[in-house]
Order: sequence, then C-alpha cells, then structure tokens
Amino acid sequence: MALTVQDVVAWIDKSNETIQTNKDYLTTLDQAIGDGDHGINVARGFQEAAAKIADGNYTSSADVLKDTAMTLMSKIGGASGPLFGTAFLKLSTAVKGNDPVDYATFTTGLKEAVNGIKQRGKAIEGEKTLVDVWSPMADFFSRQADFDGEKIAEEAKNAMEQTKTMTATKGRAAYFKERSDGHIDPGSASSCYIFKALADVIGGKS
Amino acid sequence: MSYVGVVLISHSPKVAEGIQDMIRQVIKDVPIEAAGGTDENEIGTSIDKIQQAINRANEGQGAVVFYDIGSAKMNAEMAVEMSQAEDVKVMEAPLVEGSYVAAVESGMDKDKESVAAAVEKEFG
Repeated sequence: MALTVQDVVAWIDKSNETIQTNKDYLTTLDQAIGDGDHGINVARGFQEAAAKIADGNYTSSADVLKDTAMTLMSKIGGASGPLFGTAFLKLSTAVKGNDPVDYATFTTGLKEAVNGIKQRGKAIEGEKTLVDVWSPMADFFSRQADFDGEKIAEEAKNAMEQTKTMTATKGRAAYFKERSDGHIDPGSASSCYIFKALADVIGGKS
Repeated sequence: MSYVGVVLISHSPKVAEGIQDMIRQVIKDVPIEAAGGTDENEIGTSIDKIQQAINRANEGQGAVVFYDIGSAKMNAEMAVEMSQAEDVKVMEAPLVEGSYVAAVESGMDKDKESVAAAVEKEFG
C-alpha cells in the first residue's frame, strides 16, 4: 500500500476533524499540568492547515505536508507549533519526489520527524512530551512491513497512555514536577489523534 | 549611527511592551522591538511577529533576542534560522534584566559580540 496525494490531504483533514472534536478534552489535559491552551492552539493550527490545503490543487504529497508544516508553525502559537511544524516539514522533505508515498519512504520520514522534534525541543524519550508518541511510532513503523490502520491506532493509543506514568522534565508541565504524574501529556494526546487520523485514512483504503 | 537592536519576545503583548517602556525611559536611541503574543494578540508567541521584530531591530549592527518561557525559545530560534540572519543571537538570560543590560551596552556603541558577552557575563 502507498499513500497518494489525496490520502495525505485526507490525513490532514481527518487530523483536523479529530482534534476539533477533542479540543475541550485536550484543553482539560493541559489545564491539569500546563497553561490550558493546548486544545485551542492545536485546533486553531489544524483548522488553518486544513483550510490552506483545501485551496490547493496539489500534485505532490511533499507540498501538502510542507504547507501544513508552515501553517502549524505560524498559527499554533504554543510550543507544539514549532514541534508539529518541524515534524511535518521533515516528513515533507523525506517524501519529496516519491509519489505515491510507499511504506519505506514514510517510515524514513517518521524517523527524520522524530530527530527533528528532539533537536528542536531539546527533548529525549521519557520526558513526558510529544516525543513519547512520535518516537515509539517511528520504532513501530520500522518493525512493521506495511501500513496497518488498526495496529497504528492501537500503538499510538498505548504510547499516549504510557505518558501517564512519566514525570515531566521538559515543557511547561516540568514546572509541576511530580504533580504531572498520573496525567496524560496533552501534546502526546494530540499526536495520538494525528496517528489515529492516519490509521483511519489507511483503514478506509483496505 | 546605528546600534545593536534588542528584541523582546513574550507570551504576553503587555509584558513585551511593558519592558520596552521600561528600557525606553533610560535608553532612547537603541532599537527595542517587541514581539509579544500571537498574531491575534492572544497569549502565545508567533514566528512571523518575531521575524518582523528582528528585521526592525536589526539596523545593520545585528540584534540580540530575549524570550520568556515555553514556545518562545523555539519560535525565537526558528525565526532566526528562517530569516537567515547571521548577526542575530538568541540570548539565555532573564527577559527583563537581560534585555536591560543589552540595551545599556548597545547604547554605549558596543558591537553585537560585546553586547552579548556583557549579558553572558552578567547572567551566564
């Protein structure tokens, strides 16, 4: 299976849809251990990104991902802007000239995305940030041989749930230290929705 | 005569403008530019706003950039990278005190390296 340009557009659309639906939940998560604006920020960012790509007549997945990245960077307004922006920008670079996007290319792109996020946020695994979803997902893609919607959704949910047991040492939640224990990291939750959206697009194809 | 510019990045437009006012009371000629809040002036930071502030502050002598918390640092770094300006430096110092020191140093005709060094000596 490979992702067509339309699939990639559908992925961003679906991500937006899922994030809009869960906007209040994301905000609730962020109110517990952050500044309470995560839901509003990512909802605004993805709304704008979906609107931006709806206008374009795209012939390459890389362009869809690049426009998504640039919009998220300038519209989110919180730390997840540069982080999600970097992730989609790295994906864009990796899939450039590879339409439709095959599994190996996408997997390479995810690895690049994780490296980009870690470098930008100066974070590593286990610090209760969105790295804790993107990194295990990149590893998961490396272990598998092809896109599998159900497994992707399950893996992303597990990774998100794992952040509950972590103590935040990076990002705004780090100010709360041990008080962040037992709470799901908001950035991991929105990242989980992005992978869930991808899973839905893949599920719809098979 | 131009000076090293100072850029103030805060999640709050009020904070950035407030510091600008504080510095302006003492330092009149140094470019002090505020990039507070999102594009809609809500709480957050904006790469576009930061880039514009850097461009205004950099009158040819470069600029030093100060930030508050969270996304401000990442957005500051991205804005600097995207503008491809080599003579702009993101500083690791308290926003209020650091920018004040930088403005005073810049007002004494110091170059960017000397301004940055003075801030680093004080807060590094």
